Amino acid sequence: MSKKSFRTAINEAMAQEMRRDPRVIVMGEDVAGGQGAPGDDDAWGGPMGVTKGLQPEFGRDRVLDTPITESGFIGAAVGAAATGLRPIADLMFVDFMGVCFDQIFNQAAKFRYMFGGKAVTPVVIRTMFGAGFRAASQHSQCLYPLFTHIPGLKVVVPSNAYDAKGLMIQAIRDDDPVIFFEHKMLYDDMDEVPDESYTIPFGEANLTREGKDVTIVALGRMVKMANEAADLLKKQGVSCTVIDPRTISPMDTDSILESVEDTGRLVVVDEAHPRCNIATDISALVAQEAFGALKAAIQMVTPPHTPVPFSPALEDIYIPNTAKIIEAVRKTMR
Amino acid sequence: MLPIMEPPRPGCKPPVMDATENRFTEEASAPAEAVLGYVYDEQKQGETAAMQFNREQLLEAYRKMRTIREFEDRVHIEFSAGGIPGFVHLYAGEEASAIGVCMNLDDRDKIASTHRGHGHCIAKGCDVDGMMAEIFGKDAGLCGGKGGSMHIADLEKGMMGANGIVGGGPPLICGAALTAKTLKTGGVAVAFYGDGASNQGTTMESLNLAKAWNLPAIFVVEDNGYAESTSSNWSVSGTQLGRAAGFGIPAVQVDGLDFFAMYEAGKEAVARARNGGGPSLIHAKLNRYYGHFEGDAMTYRGAGEVERLRVEADPLTFFRKRVTEAGLLEHSQLDEIDTTVKAEIDESVVKAKAGPMPLAAKLLTDVYVSY
Repeated sequence: MSKKSFRTAINEAMAQEMRRDPRVIVMGEDVAGGQGAPGDDDAWGGPMGVTKGLQPEFGRDRVLDTPITESGFIGAAVGAAATGLRPIADLMFVDFMGVCFDQIFNQAAKFRYMFGGKAVTPVVIRTMFGAGFRAASQHSQCLYPLFTHIPGLKVVVPSNAYDAKGLMIQAIRDDDPVIFFEHKMLYDDMDEVPDESYTIPFGEANLTREGKDVTIVALGRMVKMANEAADLLKKQGVSCTVIDPRTISPMDTDSILESVEDTGRLVVVDEAHPRCNIATDISALVAQEAFGALKAAIQMVTPPHTPVPFSPALEDIYIPNTAKIIEAVRKTMR
Repeated sequence: MLPIMEPPRPGCKPPVMDATENRFTEEASAPAEAVLGYVYDEQKQGETAAMQFNREQLLEAYRKMRTIREFEDRVHIEFSAGGIPGFVHLYAGEEASAIGVCMNLDDRDKIASTHRGHGHCIAKGCDVDGMMAEIFGKDAGLCGGKGGSMHIADLEKGMMGANGIVGGGPPLICGAALTAKTLKTGGVAVAFYGDGASNQGTTMESLNLAKAWNLPAIFVVEDNGYAESTSSNWSVSGTQLGRAAGFGIPAVQVDGLDFFAMYEAGKEAVARARNGGGPSLIHAKLNRYYGHFEGDAMTYRGAGEVERLRVEADPLTFFRKRVTEAGLLEHSQLDEIDTTVKAEIDESVVKAKAGPMPLAAKLLTDVYVSY
């Protein structure tokens, strides 16, 4: 056990699984980098260095740089998964799904059902998401609700390095297509991460704070902010439970409902756009299944219904933050 | 024999730099001849050899082509009678392509197909009764009635599925070819796709990726002249061979009505792929006898076009003529196959109609391996 970054945790998960199973391969744009170029091999290891070191250890046959061709290589990853490999495909920014979504939602997600249960498609699609990087509208979105909508896909949104490693190993061993969302603002976050291999099952939420007054459900980077809000509120005499679902397809609805039955108040924090997102999904679930337990209207903390702006002055007010979460919790207490 | 070579790119005049004026020019090319449908070229008969096949192989090739024809003609009738739900797209007229190519494949090899996929399924060994039941939406279908005509698949046979998305297959076979290369199975992967899919970005990306990764991949363009109702004379810019050349992929145009020509082209492409030589493209010129889908009134086709093609451009008729004139088979042997296949398809329809529908509980199964 030692302190490791979110980036290192994911890298370690992939490397350990590649050592364990020769069918595991990595592919994507610049996952090694430098292919065909006069300079260094493994020049990048992905734009954030998450796959750095895999190509020197496992070679170009298992760490495949691709042309910039998302439809081509995501489709190839799906085809490889359906025929016996266990590919990890790096869709660099989730915003790029626009050029390869067919391969994900019409092909990978549907093979098993359309083919009468005879297909397995064990592909992991890693992708970066989230605002805060001054990366503007086409490199900052939180598009996990779109994937959650599709039967046949599993959707993973880790909030810390420990979970990221365990969930990545689970994702690689899983026989279904998994979309693995990595918040780009978390890569340098440090956490205690065991050296050995371990898995975290899908569909099991993590309670990061326990309290009796209000239930806060948050995802990805928002879990950090929800924890901060809960810690500040505790000093002010309001105790909050913070639930990190970790995976949103499948989602641990039982933990959310049980907590709301105890607290009677719900705040959902979601960095995705406010319409048809995970916050609306969880709110609908609780309104339908735990209406009688609610003591106040459900509050949703989300960005506005706008693209992600570039200017720091605008992006900073776009992203949900601790103050907005505290304000939402206060609303449920009135 | 039609050799696969670096393509001569007939009809495709690449733009050339005019040094004096420092701008691109393009040689004017003659307008495409207005031909309604592709008609077999008698002159080419001598170029391919039927002699290399033994009697059993020839009978098998004919039996499979006849099975496709009988299957499709029967689905046409059953659909017209109202017994088949949804959409069906029929492959009749294109039999020589699927069978010619797939007779070069074995259990290691994978194919991806199209919405017009019944022929490819039969060519790769899918069970005909299971296919028919699937098309009727029955529990005994190859996919338990959950896929239907557009999604028939049998991964154990290496059939990665018909596909409802035009251009869906080429990226998938890059993946299947990558699996073969990575696991060193010796297998190859083949994408069959139409002239319509040849215009999809996925297809272009797959050609590029297959070349960049040097994959054991084969791209078979089944150019039946129409993408839905739109002519490939209009919709395909340049030529298929010119496109392959642009990616540095060896390609050949083949008479898609000629089983032997398709077999030869497939043989060379498969050999290249198995030997580490990378991808190939085969451009098969052929026709479909039915509409884009069943129910298509085909008002976009020429007067008498289909009737003429059924007489003048039937791959089964040509096969019969070739093998009987060469003294390799007797008409009576082929007639016997016709009779046997008709009875088999009759039987598959009877079984499909009589079989139970899937139980309601099946609605919820097979979404995930575990959830």
